[in-house]
Amino acid sequence: MDIFNMTHPVPPEGPGQLARREARLAWGLLSPTIIAVALVVILPLLAVFWISFKPVELADLRPPTPVAREDVRGTLEAPGDQAKLRYRVRNSSAQQGIRDVVLTDIWPQGLKVIGDLDARCALDEQLICTFGDWEAGTRERIEIEVEAESAYFDGPDPKDSKPIMTGEATNILTNFEFTLENLIEIFDGDEFWSVLGVTMFYTVFGTIGALLFGLFAALLLNASFKGQGILRGLYLFPYVAPVIAVAFAWILLLDPHSGSINALLIQMGVTEQSINFFGERPLALIMVTVFEIWRYFPLSFLFILARMQSIDTDMYEAADMDGASPFQQFAYLSVPQLLGILSVLFLLRFIWTFNKFDDIFLLTGGNAGTRTLTVNVYEQAFALGNIGAGAAVALVIFCCLLAFSIFFFRFMSQEEGL
Amino acid sequence: MTLFKNGYLTGPLLGALWTFVIAVTVAVCMSFSTGEPFKPLLLLSLIWGAGLGLVSMYGRLPAALAGGVLLLAGVLDIGPVTVGEDVSGFSTLLAHLATAGFSALGTYVFTHDCPPGQLTRHQYEAAIIRFLTGFGYIFFTAIVVIPFYVMVMTSLKSQSELLRNPLDFSIDLSKGLDLLRSYQELFADFGFGGYLWTSFYVSVLTVFITLAFAIPGAYAVARLRFRGRAAFSRSILLIYMVPMIVLALPIYIGFSMAGLRNSVFGIVLIYPVTTIPVALYMLQGYFRGLPSEVEEAGLMDGLSRLMVIWKITLPLSLPALASVSLYVFMIAWNEFLLAFMLLDDPSKFTLTRGIASLNSSEIPRQHLMAGSVIATVPIMALFLGLERFMTKGLTAGSVKG
Repeated sequence: MDIFNMTHPVPPEGPGQLARREARLAWGLLSPTIIAVALVVILPLLAVFWISFKPVELADLRPPTPVAREDVRGTLEAPGDQAKLRYRVRNSSAQQGIRDVVLTDIWPQGLKVIGDLDARCALDEQLICTFGDWEAGTRERIEIEVEAESAYFDGPDPKDSKPIMTGEATNILTNFEFTLENLIEIFDGDEFWSVLGVTMFYTVFGTIGALLFGLFAALLLNASFKGQGILRGLYLFPYVAPVIAVAFAWILLLDPHSGSINALLIQMGVTEQSINFFGERPLALIMVTVFEIWRYFPLSFLFILARMQSIDTDMYEAADMDGASPFQQFAYLSVPQLLGILSVLFLLRFIWTFNKFDDIFLLTGGNAGTRTLTVNVYEQAFALGNIGAGAAVALVIFCCLLAFSIFFFRFMSQEEGL
Repeated sequence: MTLFKNGYLTGPLLGALWTFVIAVTVAVCMSFSTGEPFKPLLLLSLIWGAGLGLVSMYGRLPAALAGGVLLLAGVLDIGPVTVGEDVSGFSTLLAHLATAGFSALGTYVFTHDCPPGQLTRHQYEAAIIRFLTGFGYIFFTAIVVIPFYVMVMTSLKSQSELLRNPLDFSIDLSKGLDLLRSYQELFADFGFGGYLWTSFYVSVLTVFITLAFAIPGAYAVARLRFRGRAAFSRSILLIYMVPMIVLALPIYIGFSMAGLRNSVFGIVLIYPVTTIPVALYMLQGYFRGLPSEVEEAGLMDGLSRLMVIWKITLPLSLPALASVSLYVFMIAWNEFLLAFMLLDDPSKFTLTRGIASLNSSEIPRQHLMAGSVIATVPIMALFLGLERFMTKGLTAGSVKG
């Protein structure tokens, strides 16, 4: 009778039905992205791990295959004509062998074998020749003397059937042969350390430079005047334009033979001989860093300006009343307000400058002491054709990146700037 | 420092520096537009500038008079800028006029409220800031404009003209349409019309595919509660920090094996994946800022979640979608590395890949620059036309480099 006797209500355990439905929907909405990213980011990353422990060369990407060429020496025009049917076969790879090589070809009607058939071949409806295992770079030849009968001229053109070659080759990418050679090779010698040094110089100075110039530009445009919008748009050009276009414009501008800057410098008496900006050792590195600053100051400028415009102007008025000078206002009011965005920008730009590839690749191709880690990946993998070593460098980059990211997320949890 | 805070020192110092800056600027501008020799003189600029700074403190009239004297000095060839002998009278006069005028004007503006004698900290710093502002405008405008100016002008010249005088960017208008010969050749012989079209549709497809993936994903991260949401939103950021060159290697291998290399289809397949994380990150930030009450009202009225997204969230976030689309379009349009590695067949080139193929010693330089102009102009036009969206998109998403 009394309601107090009812079983005591207990709160439901675990997520309720609605919450579960919501989570299911969320995963459903996310799944296309997750699949795409897994295919193009996670899978390749795993592949990089895999390849960096393998002795793979660019040439190995095409797996070794047996190749056959068929031709007829002599002419078969009338019944009774004799000719020599020739198969030239070879292993396409000069590095790896192939197992169980077999040639199969449809035998044309009305073609009679005269003399002995090659011992490796058997003739039925088809010609089947077994070669067994091939070493790397094997070339062989099979010649069969034939005589045409009248049926030969009634049947389909024998040239329609191409010989088929089969064989088994171990694909170096998928076998379980591992080596530490790639890693040893890239860490060995002074080259790695000089590449790392160049990368650090480029990253540190490129980041700080872009930040300082961005701050300067933001301070300039923080005033409201006519044409401010146009200038703001103009100052973003270096970032918005395609890198390939501006990189070539710089190369042309600074060319030692026909470059305008050199002509200008010589004319103004700054230098007597033209300067090879992208070809001399310390200068090339400085120039690619300057290019990086030039191209990315707009980004810092945009962020810093956005932050500046959200600072309350009352504060500056109060400081003015209290007699703070412009420099004091900047140092004690603006800088503390901007410190958050500056440090977030620094970290992000640091990571991105570290990752930068296109700019240096286009400007110097990594020559004249400008080879950074990312350029080294390309250099090793494609210029030198050693894919394994390239992947090993990529692995090093990824590890550095992971370290930066851990630092970044530690920092981001305190700094809710972005 | 107190020594410098004296009108007698600050004025001449700023005047001297400014006059030198102006002398260099005028010389560079005149050289680049006429190809004739103009040369700034360090010592004379400093001396004349110091004089200007000293006089400007006494008011507008003395400053103007000093400007006149500077013009006279220029004409007598003892001014801050010296001009080669066979330069036309008009250019010479223009150079001297600009030097004198801008030097005097600037110096006056910087120092007019600096009285002779001891300065307050305020007056001193304000003068320096005005100088830095003036210098900053000239500096930034110069570094941004010069490369683009050279790009456009080079594309209109011929190889021999360029080699004869690399400084001469003046255009002979009498040549008429012949000026655009590089462009004609690029479109007629090098197939740039095709590249332009490929780049365009690849970029547009990239935008649509990216949005199709990123909108639902961003909505889920922003609105729906599920386990691992925080971890997911962090890994998005982490993923788009992975450098393309690290991924390019296995992608190259994979595409080679799958036969997708050298096909526009492969490019369309790969571009969106590079932009999905950034688009997702930008959009989820925007979705979070939308009031969830409107959506809840929709849910109460019986709409399903997907209908809520379609009928309420998307119409509300059109500005953000515009920003994201523009930004993604920009990334796809400017993309170089993947196109360079994956495309070998000239009939399938995108614009950036096409420009890279012009970089050979057999093809004249102006073709390279004309190609660069063709790639730059559409993205600039789009950018200037939709600057508001673009700026917003850049600030929201430019964690990406």
